[in-house]
Amino acid sequence: MRVLALQGFILFGVTFLQLQDIKTWNLVLILLETIVFKALAVPIFLGYLIKRNRMTRETEPYLPHFISLIITTMIVVITVLLASSIRDTHLDKIFFIVSLSTLFTGLYFIASRKKIITHVMGYLMIENGVFVLSLAVGNEMPNLVNLGIMLDVFASVLILGIFLNKIGDVFKDVDVDQLSNLKDY
Amino acid sequence: MMTGTYLLIAFMIAGLLFVNRNSFLNNLLVIVFGVLQTGFTIFACYQYRSTVLEYFTFDSLGLLLLMTLGVVTIPALFHSYLYIRRHDETPQSRAIYFSALIFLITSITAAYLANHIAVIWIFTEMTTLSASMLIYHHRNKLALEGTWKYVFICAISITFVFIGILFLSLSLQHAGSNDLSFANLMAYKDQLNPFWLRLAFLFIFTGFTAKLGLVPMYTAGIDAKDKAPAPTGALLASVLMNLGFVGIFRLYTIIAQTPLFHWANLVIFIAAFLSIFVATVYMTKVTNIKRMFAYSGIEHMGIVMLGIAAGGVGYYAAVLHIILHAFVKSSLFFQFNQLYRTFQSKSINHVGNYFKYNTTGALVLLLGFISATAMPPSGMFVSEFLIFRALFEGKFIILLVIVLFLLTIVIWAFGKNILKILFLPVAGFDEAKVPKINPWESLSQFILLFMAVWLGLNPPSVFVQLIQDAVKYLPK
Repeated sequence: MRVLALQGFILFGVTFLQLQDIKTWNLVLILLETIVFKALAVPIFLGYLIKRNRMTRETEPYLPHFISLIITTMIVVITVLLASSIRDTHLDKIFFIVSLSTLFTGLYFIASRKKIITHVMGYLMIENGVFVLSLAVGNEMPNLVNLGIMLDVFASVLILGIFLNKIGDVFKDVDVDQLSNLKDY
Repeated sequence: MMTGTYLLIAFMIAGLLFVNRNSFLNNLLVIVFGVLQTGFTIFACYQYRSTVLEYFTFDSLGLLLLMTLGVVTIPALFHSYLYIRRHDETPQSRAIYFSALIFLITSITAAYLANHIAVIWIFTEMTTLSASMLIYHHRNKLALEGTWKYVFICAISITFVFIGILFLSLSLQHAGSNDLSFANLMAYKDQLNPFWLRLAFLFIFTGFTAKLGLVPMYTAGIDAKDKAPAPTGALLASVLMNLGFVGIFRLYTIIAQTPLFHWANLVIFIAAFLSIFVATVYMTKVTNIKRMFAYSGIEHMGIVMLGIAAGGVGYYAAVLHIILHAFVKSSLFFQFNQLYRTFQSKSINHVGNYFKYNTTGALVLLLGFISATAMPPSGMFVSEFLIFRALFEGKFIILLVIVLFLLTIVIWAFGKNILKILFLPVAGFDEAKVPKINPWESLSQFILLFMAVWLGLNPPSVFVQLIQDAVKYLPK
């Protein structure tokens, strides 16, 4: 979770360095999003949730940690290989690698862990990856799309958080195994 | 001007409903919204092909689906009113329900008309938010589970769509432009970079399947339609699925102009075929009536996308099919509520001999079954037949045979369950508790089913022209 906050700060720094030449209003908006939402509000909110539902630190993965480590390393290596095979002047390669590996790691997180809070974190990682990707694409994002991201992050985290809160209340224990009553037969 | 006013008033009504606790004012606002929605639909017909507020265009596809939405909205509001009144809701839960419902309908309207892919994306996100409030209406364990799954899968899908949009903008930058409106994409269609366009299509297609209900992401919709109150389920199973179709279809129209056309068709074929296959498997197993309707929806969306991929007459048939499906499926969901009141159960095992308890309702169910399985008097027979013809003419004979075989199984499973509900008495059922159901409540379903037959068998020439106009950019 702290790592998530750190990610938010790094995003802030990177964006600040990258986007100095664009309009002030736009800049303020992006910076507001990275620093306030990603670095402060979301981690604090998640921290509150964890405390409230008394979640423990064990992540109960389906796979042992060692294999996870190997898989995430593989993801990074593969994205580097993939990215170097693409020749494109419109693309910032380092950003592209970082974003893709964050994205796939997020997906892997969601697939391999049992706790719902880890799923939310995986989702937030994907969001961060997408954010970096939008930097990689290079053009200054139109205000509209920007607004969209704000809405997306704000709404999804809020809703995911609220429901997570409720799930904590109703189910007493936050495992995806408990969410398997909706079946077809 | 008018569009801006519409959006403003609609969102204002949603906001007012949210804070309002008075039951009279609540009903009044809902009626005002019904009038507003109808008025806007009529207004839209006069604004054909004009662009307003820069991001909204009243084109043929948008107009057709908007009219469909207009027709489905009125009974949805009416049945919601009945539903809420019967369940003795607290003023608070009623306020949230109607507010979210109106928010949902308005977002769908805006997304239909949007001519810019980012605008569609934003309003799709809004539909997810409002739909999740509706699904969570009952505030119990199962509703929570359904909502959680829906929100999570939709959030990931919407992120996928965003990644797709980013790739699309990369592809467009090679053409030296960065305006992502569909008109502009169309103008630069020859200069788009194929590699990024390919990735963009994959991501956007995968993302929108959560709304449309095709294979990768269809699971979210099933749980949602099961747990949402039936009048909302009707909207989720009809007009919201059409929203996914809009998202995919508008991009597909661009792709069809590029060398990636055949590859895109292949992707759609795979997704559509797998959808029909999955729907068939679950249809034979399912015992929950609402889920059965939902899986039937998956099967129909598979057929629609087969029509799109097959080309030729398939384009026309696909658009027709998706409109007719919206009418038929929403009427089935509206009827489900009466069924539930009669038997107090969603399981096929506890429901039977419906003709004895509610003759009018049973008639709706029978006609709805005939329509949904595309038997001859129904309009969907025409569109489905045309899609099969398109497959035949496109030389996809093996696929056609397999699909026909799967559909036969679907009809068998669907028929087995529906006929049991209608005729077979169920053991140990206490008849004394069956409430008297007013036959007039079924009127809206009869009208919807009649619309489906009328538009399928004898479509007015304006309607045909609109559909042909919607698919005119696609290769013949």
